[in-house]
Parts: sequence; structure tokens; C-alpha cells
Amino acid sequence: MGSFGSLLDGFGTALSPLNLMWAALGVLLGTAIGVLPGIGPAMAVALLLPVTYGLDPTAAFIMFAGIYYGGMFGGSTTSILLNTPGESAAVIAAIEGNPMAKSGRGSQALAAAAIGHFAGGMIGTVLLVLLAPTVAKLAVDIGAPDYFAIMVLAFVAVTSVLGASRVRGFASLLIGLTLGLVGLDQMTGQQRLTFGSLQLADGIDVVIVAVGLFAIGEALWVAAHLRRGSGTAVPVGRPWLGRAELRRTWKPWLRGPLIGFPFGAIPAGGAEIPTFLSYVTEKRLSRHRKEFGKGAIEGVAGPESAASASAAGTLVAMLTLGLPTTAVAAVMLAAFQQYGIQPGPLLFEREPDLVWGLIASLFIGMVMLLVLNLPLAPVWARLLRIPRPYLYAGILFFAAVGAYAVGGEPVDVVILLLIGLVGLMMRRYGLPVLPAIIGAILGPAAEQQLRRALQISDGSLTGLVNTPFSVTVYGVMALLLAWPLLRRLRR
Amino acid sequence: MTGPLRRRLPAAGGVLGALRARSELGVCALLLGVGALVLTDALTMDSVASTRGPVGPRTVPVVVGTALLVVAVALAVDVLRGGRGDAEGGEDVDLDEPGDWRTVALLVGVLLAFAALIEPLGFPLAGALLFWGAAFALGSRQHALGRDPLIAAALSLVTYTVFNTLLGVPLPGGPLTEVL
Repeated sequence: MGSFGSLLDGFGTALSPLNLMWAALGVLLGTAIGVLPGIGPAMAVALLLPVTYGLDPTAAFIMFAGIYYGGMFGGSTTSILLNTPGESAAVIAAIEGNPMAKSGRGSQALAAAAIGHFAGGMIGTVLLVLLAPTVAKLAVDIGAPDYFAIMVLAFVAVTSVLGASRVRGFASLLIGLTLGLVGLDQMTGQQRLTFGSLQLADGIDVVIVAVGLFAIGEALWVAAHLRRGSGTAVPVGRPWLGRAELRRTWKPWLRGPLIGFPFGAIPAGGAEIPTFLSYVTEKRLSRHRKEFGKGAIEGVAGPESAASASAAGTLVAMLTLGLPTTAVAAVMLAAFQQYGIQPGPLLFEREPDLVWGLIASLFIGMVMLLVLNLPLAPVWARLLRIPRPYLYAGILFFAAVGAYAVGGEPVDVVILLLIGLVGLMMRRYGLPVLPAIIGAILGPAAEQQLRRALQISDGSLTGLVNTPFSVTVYGVMALLLAWPLLRRLRR
Repeated sequence: MTGPLRRRLPAAGGVLGALRARSELGVCALLLGVGALVLTDALTMDSVASTRGPVGPRTVPVVVGTALLVVAVALAVDVLRGGRGDAEGGEDVDLDEPGDWRTVALLVGVLLAFAALIEPLGFPLAGALLFWGAAFALGSRQHALGRDPLIAAALSLVTYTVFNTLLGVPLPGGPLTEVL
């Protein structure tokens, strides 16, 4: 059992006092960020990208993963108590969780959500341990055409699976690709879109793009529509579950990961679709179908478990193929780039300490999160009382610091602001943000792989489809693109 | 195709009302402009730079620029047909209220001031001004002279210390730290 031995080594890395501290810091920050409105895990990781200048990669990724999982735990607390979910993945938790809280069963809803996240995260991470090395081994000798195919798949998937409008998805992707073009061409040194400026010759740092789109764009958008006198949270006691509830929740907890994990691993937008599917499944299977919509505990337990498992699935795609399927994964990929590490099949061979330390820390972080959230959820809910001006002023503050820290140039703050205004416009007119960030991060890499592949084939376009792997990927892509047409035909 | 649509637009609002209802066309204009910019930049590139391999530095920008133009037109068609991008919701977002663009303009001003002041004033002072100004713009008036400046100063000093000592990313100290 190669991966079991590696996992044990990983626990050795993750259990060092310093890394334990980073994991604890990550889950604390993650839970706080999940509870806080208006700030999601993707924005949080983006704002923390400057730590990559001072931390070693293992510590940074252990912290980022803690934020990712912690954000999910905390997010459901807000949905259940406040009924205004900010993240799409937490929408489902509000449907059943908030009626439960209003009818005095908030503690049960919080417990069902927290244990659901724990179960989903644990099962998902076990699947990650079992599957990731196999996927990496299968993909280990993929070449330039295959990488290019995967990246194009990511572009197609984020634009056509997510969101209501494909045109708007593509517009967003192209904005991202344009941002990625700025700077010196990696292969020839030719200046592109620099307008003779030395500052732009280095390209626009991904930190500035990510922070601008996620943090500045979001803060400005909220500022334009700030809710005066925000809703009050339903007061609750300590989360707990009685025997009758346990009987109703254990099956949804175990079913959730089966739906969540595969959906996390494919580029279908992370937790949004699997939480919905899990909800529908639980509704169909439940013996208390009439309670759905009025506070059925199965409708909290299943989707929350699916959400955390999908996060583990996301990590499979990111670590083994370098394919980001969610916004958080995209920003984590940017962090890998900051370190000059290329996630992909070779990662498991080249950086075993990092990968297995990260995976082991997921198990540890999950236990920490359960301990933090099960008894302390009411304490976390107090964070909701933070005055909104401080919250959004703080986001702008850290965003500006991060942009300045990239190169010590005040002009970077101005570029950050411009990208933030683009992010504001995108939110105003319903352009999804995820395609832009994936375009900016993957665009330059995709171009390089394309040119490398065509160099090998001496310019012949067949060089892009001469491996079984790339043909398969293009087949999947064709299916994705044809899906809405097929559905229309059937009607 | 635009013929019957034009008649459907509100007559009372005149040109201004019609423009406001179709303000999403501004996004198309932006995409069109960026597309033209990317294409011009790509096509005016001097080809002296040695082209390694069959795909030079021009190809991808040409593809992206053309795609931008196509998407701009497609989006314009969608908007004129009555398609609309839904504004994004959120926990603190109240879409029933009209947009408060004055606050946004103030925040933009605060960020620009930060960019201009960080080198002459140093980070601790400029950062504190950034937080205080942003909180003020966002509606924190009650404590604008009491609690807010204290929070701003504390946040700024702690961040300055963390970046300088823990992360090893020097932020400018400015005249304030030189005196101390």
C-alpha cells in the first residue's frame, strides 16, 4: 500500500507543532470567514496570497485547505441562522435549516450541518487518498496536447455549465484571457498589451487579478447596494441531536459524499449542483416528505455532507491534473504558481511531503472544525454583529496591502482598483467571475502548451489530438457543448 | 431586427430612458473596445522578434481579440432581444434599493488617495487613512472621530509589523517611523 505509507509520512509532516498551528489558524479563519457575510473562502485565500512570500509552501497550503473546509462549516451557520446565504453552495442549507431555526430547532439544524460537513469531508478525503495517486499515475505521461485539452475543457466547462447565460460566461472568460496576455510573451519575449510600460512588461500578477476581482469587486458591489439594518440572527443554544434525529440523519450524511465527491472532481462548478441534487434525493427518499420546505432535517444533513465531499473532489482534480474546478481551487492554483510549483501528475512524485502533508492535514483540520463548530456555533454567530462598514473597509484595506506587497509599487494599487471596477461591472450585469479568474490563471499556461504541442507536430493541427487522452477530453467537451441542444431536441 | 424593438421602448423616457434600460450595452461597448485594442496590439507587433515554432506571439492575441468582438456582438443581440444579466445577490446586498454610486465613487477616491500617499506618508499612516476613509464612506459616521481612528491605527500598525517582521515584505515606514 504505497499511498498508505505516504499518508503516514504525511501525518508526520502535518503533526509537527508548526504545521498544526497553521492548520488551526486556517480552520479558525475559515470558520470566521464562512460566518461573516460578504466574504467567501475564495476571497479569503486571495487576500492571503501575500503570505506566500514569507511561508513555506506546505504551511501555506495547509492553511488554505483549512480555510476552504472551514468556510463551508461557517457558511452553513449563517444560512441557518440568518436565511441570507451569500455563497451558492449554502443556499440549500437555508431552505430547511432556517425554518428549523425559526421553529426553535436551530441547535439540531446546526448539529446536522456540522456533523454532515464532518462526515462528508472525512469520506471525501478518504476517497481522495484512494483515488488521487491512481489518477496521477494514469496521467503521469500526458504531454503538451493533453494539458492543452484539459485547460480548454476547464474553459468550456466553467462558461457553459455554470450560470444562466453562455454569452456572459464567455465574455467573462475572454476578459480573464486578455488580462493573462498582458506582459512579455513567455517564448519570444515579445511585448504584448504593455503599451511601452515597464511595469506592465512583467504582466499583471495573479495576486492582483484575484484580489481585484474577488475582494475589490465584491466590496464595491456590496457598497453600492448595502443593506441598511441587516437581518438579525435567530438565537440558538448549543447544537445537539436526539436519537430520533440521528435516526433520520445518518443515511443522508453517508449518501451526500456519493453525490458530492464526483461532482467536485469534474469542472461543474463545485458545490452548487451536488448540494441541489442531494437535496432532491433526500426529499424523494424521505419518509417525512411533507416536512420538506418547513424544516426537514434530512434536507440539511445530506446537502451539507455533499458540499464538503465536493471540496475533496475538487482537490483531486487540482492536485493530480492542475485543473481548478472552483474559485477556491483557482486561487490555490495561483498560489502554486507563486511558488513555481506546477500541480499535476508529477506533483505526487516531486513534492510528496507537500501533497501528503496537505492531505493528512485535511483529516486533522476536519476534527478541529467539528470541535470548533459543534459546541461553539452560537459564539461564532456573534461575528454577525460586526458593523458592516468595518467589515468592508477591512476587506478593502487588506486588498490594497496585498496588491502593494506584490512589488512595492503604488501603481499596482491603481491596477487593482481598475480590475476591481471590472469585477463590479461583472456583478452588476450578471457576468460570472469564475471564468475570468480561470482565464487569467490558466490562459498563459494553455498558450504555452498549445505552442509546445504545435512545435512538436511542426504546425500540424493533428498534433493537438494525437493522444487517446486528448481525444477523450475533446469528446467530453463536445458532450458538454451539445447538451443543451440535445435537451432542446428532446422537448 | 432592431425595428420592432425600438417601438417597444418607453416613449416617455426618451433617449435617456431607453439608454438606461439598455445600460448593459455598455458592457458590449467595453468588450468591443478591448477586442479592438487586443487586435490592434497584436497586428502592429513588429515581427522582428524571432518566431520559434509555427505559432508565434501573435496567434493567441488575434484569436482572443476576434472572440471578444464576436462575443460583444452576440451579447448586444441578446440584450436587444430583451436578455438581461441578473445582478449578483448576497448576504449584505439589497437589490431592491437603487445603486448607491456615490459611496462607490468615494471608495474609489479613498483607494486612489492610498496609492498616492503610501510613499510620502508611509504605510502606517496611509493604511490607517484608508481604513478610516473607507469606513466613513460606507456609513460609519457615529464613531468617525472616536472609535474609528483608533481601530484604523491599530489595524494599520499590526499589519505593518506582520508584513515587515513575519512575512519579510517591507512596507514603507514613512517619516513617522524615522522619528521613532
